[in-house]
Amino acid sequence: MRTLDQLKPGDSAVVGLLKGDGAVHQRLLEMGVIEGAGVEVVRMAPLGDPMEIIVQGYHLSLRKAEAALVSLA
Amino acid sequence: MHKTVAVIGNPNVGKTTLFNALTGLSNSTGNYPGVTVDRKVGAMRVNGATIDLVDLPGTYSLAARSPDEMIVVDVLLGQQAGEQPIDAILAVVDATNLERNLYLVSQLREFNKPLVIALNMCDLADKREIKIDTETLSKELGAEVVRICARSRAGIDELRGAIAEVAESASTNGIHGPSYPEELTREVAALETELGARRDKIGRAVPKQEAFRLLLDRDGYIEKRLARGYPEVTQLVEAYRNRVAHNGSLAAIEAKSRYTWIRKIVAAGVRKPATRTRTTSDKIDGVLTHKLGGTVVFILIMAVVFQAIFSWAGPLMDLIDASIGSFGDWIGGRLPEGMLQSLVVDGIIGGVGGVLVFLPQIVILMLFISLLEDCGYMARAAFLMDKLLSRCGLSGQSFIPMLSSFACAIPGIMATRTIGNRRDRITTILVAPLMSCSARLPVYTLLISTFIPAKTVLGFLNLQGIVLFAMYSAGILVAIPVAWILKKTLLKGDTPPFLLELPTYKVPQWGVVLRKVYGQGKEFVVRAGTIIFAVAVVVWALAYFPHADSITQKFDAERAQIEQSGVQGDELAAALQDVDNAESSAHLRNSYFGRIGIAIEPAVGPLGWDWRIGMAAIASFPAREVIIATLGTIFSLGGDVDEESESLKETLHTVQRADGGRLFNIPVALSIMVFFALCCQCAATLAVIKRETNSYAWPAFTFAYMTTIAYIASMLVYQITIRLGWGNIA
Repeated sequence: MRTLDQLKPGDSAVVGLLKGDGAVHQRLLEMGVIEGAGVEVVRMAPLGDPMEIIVQGYHLSLRKAEAALVSLA
Repeated sequence: MHKTVAVIGNPNVGKTTLFNALTGLSNSTGNYPGVTVDRKVGAMRVNGATIDLVDLPGTYSLAARSPDEMIVVDVLLGQQAGEQPIDAILAVVDATNLERNLYLVSQLREFNKPLVIALNMCDLADKREIKIDTETLSKELGAEVVRICARSRAGIDELRGAIAEVAESASTNGIHGPSYPEELTREVAALETELGARRDKIGRAVPKQEAFRLLLDRDGYIEKRLARGYPEVTQLVEAYRNRVAHNGSLAAIEAKSRYTWIRKIVAAGVRKPATRTRTTSDKIDGVLTHKLGGTVVFILIMAVVFQAIFSWAGPLMDLIDASIGSFGDWIGGRLPEGMLQSLVVDGIIGGVGGVLVFLPQIVILMLFISLLEDCGYMARAAFLMDKLLSRCGLSGQSFIPMLSSFACAIPGIMATRTIGNRRDRITTILVAPLMSCSARLPVYTLLISTFIPAKTVLGFLNLQGIVLFAMYSAGILVAIPVAWILKKTLLKGDTPPFLLELPTYKVPQWGVVLRKVYGQGKEFVVRAGTIIFAVAVVVWALAYFPHADSITQKFDAERAQIEQSGVQGDELAAALQDVDNAESSAHLRNSYFGRIGIAIEPAVGPLGWDWRIGMAAIASFPAREVIIATLGTIFSLGGDVDEESESLKETLHTVQRADGGRLFNIPVALSIMVFFALCCQCAATLAVIKRETNSYAWPAFTFAYMTTIAYIASMLVYQITIRLGWGNIA
């Protein structure tokens, strides 16, 4: 199953289910990374991590380990 | 009785700007009891009435996981100590990003308080052709919606009127909020009833909204707080959770309900261009977070910041130092010699100087940080540096505080306020003093230029330079494992989410920036300054008393003898100066500090020190560089020596131990430098840690761990280098 961390800059996708149930899981949902939302990867940080995405119309930075919790539809 | 209105919003929505615009200059900053969360209140005048506005910490959600977020919930529930119950809520939202902003609004809606929504950044929304129908929005949200632009002050008067009207009317417009699955609503009600039945065990009533969050936020702040007095709560609430979502995600249920509600409202009241256009902010980011360009710009900005606090602050600090010095001399000349003169000049004026001298660095660093924060670059800096710091369990947000600490740990520690996660913030505060600050430089300079030969090694490297580099590296090399261990032990916890919004770039507003700088400077002087000042006076007393008359009389006799001996002019002055210096030295030897030095001599012996070095190290507790003046005094050179002083360097080469051997050699010099690189002999740093953590335990811990590491490291350095025979290198 594809997850958000596997996308490359310029790729777009639709969010599926989120794994886990901890603080990261909840914060991702609150920040709008929710089932059915569109995401676009803008870029990776110069050191390769974290990544920058556009979700709900704004720019969000998240670590790849966090993006790995987001499966794509 | 004034009405009280809470101002709430996501971070980066211009809440501070709006708060300042609404309250003018009549606002003040305080602290909530027991926590390090700022309490900002201001009075808003409207139609002859006064309304108190409380500016709450910016948050994305009411699912509290930190003290900041908990305060927002507690203020809404009217159960926050130090805050009166609120009459209405002013929610500040970003018009260009309604979807995510309305998430918090949907939660606020559930507190049954009159609600006003300030639709900020409407100018930017217009530019992006986002059309918002405020009337529809107002109807759907069940709240007054006012279009504003806090930066240009557009719509501010209208907003003031709306706030006054809503606070007065106390109307909640019924409940307009998301609808939840039936089992969630049912279980929340049941949980509330059960918690009510157990009120005696819990010790207080738990309102419905709190029960709602308790159920949804597994391991959240509310659960942990209740569990402190009533451990069974975890098991109790877990049963309710399982009935709502067996093995499923509670958070997903909440988020789904809210975003469904939000989509419906946005669909009704907002028209947006079908395709997202590339904004100016995107274009700026194309450069500033670019792999190569972004890194270069970042290094340049950091170089300027570092240069500014390291070098540009220098002349200002010298100026403050010199002014305080001449003021002390001036006062000193008007007071009779004796204890009072010494107390006023060395204790009080010296203590005030010890506080004020930090202001240039604090003001300059805070100016840069406020500017970078206000324009939106701060989040990018964290984005660029995150990977580097994640290795020792921290995040990119720790980078600027750490870097600044190379100039001075005090502004560095104050800069940790930009770190969202509490454990990350405390870890950063605890390791920041390990960075070699500018106060260590005089100690390094004196000892390196006196004892380390200026030899060239490996063809091009200067040995003195290598030693200096080694001292700077020592701090970093110790900080990495210390941070890592702290995050595994004392400050253990789940890796915090590093979800960082990269806000739209904005032109910084000087009003907001300067106000922040002024506030921080003032706070340092008032809160940390009082502790630093008190320490300076105590240290003065320990170095002055008992000030035996017998010593003074002995030197008075010597002075009288010289004056009668017939020497004249410069020779006489020099002879008298020598007597004065010898007298100071004798008094210091006999002082409580001198006695402590002698008492701890066995403890500092393994470091290669004698009691005089031990005493000088202790006497440098107010600030590391004080060791130089103390050494000058104890070796009868007077206290005005500095690291460039040739007479001090000469003396260091010749001064003997009790057994006749040389006191200083390369191993001793290295041991002193390593000790000062790693110890926390800086009262100001400890005072600021106390202030920033709101606890005496953290500064005590910092002092203890750093002194222990410093002691062990300098003992190792001494014992190894003396065995290598470095003690005999001239």
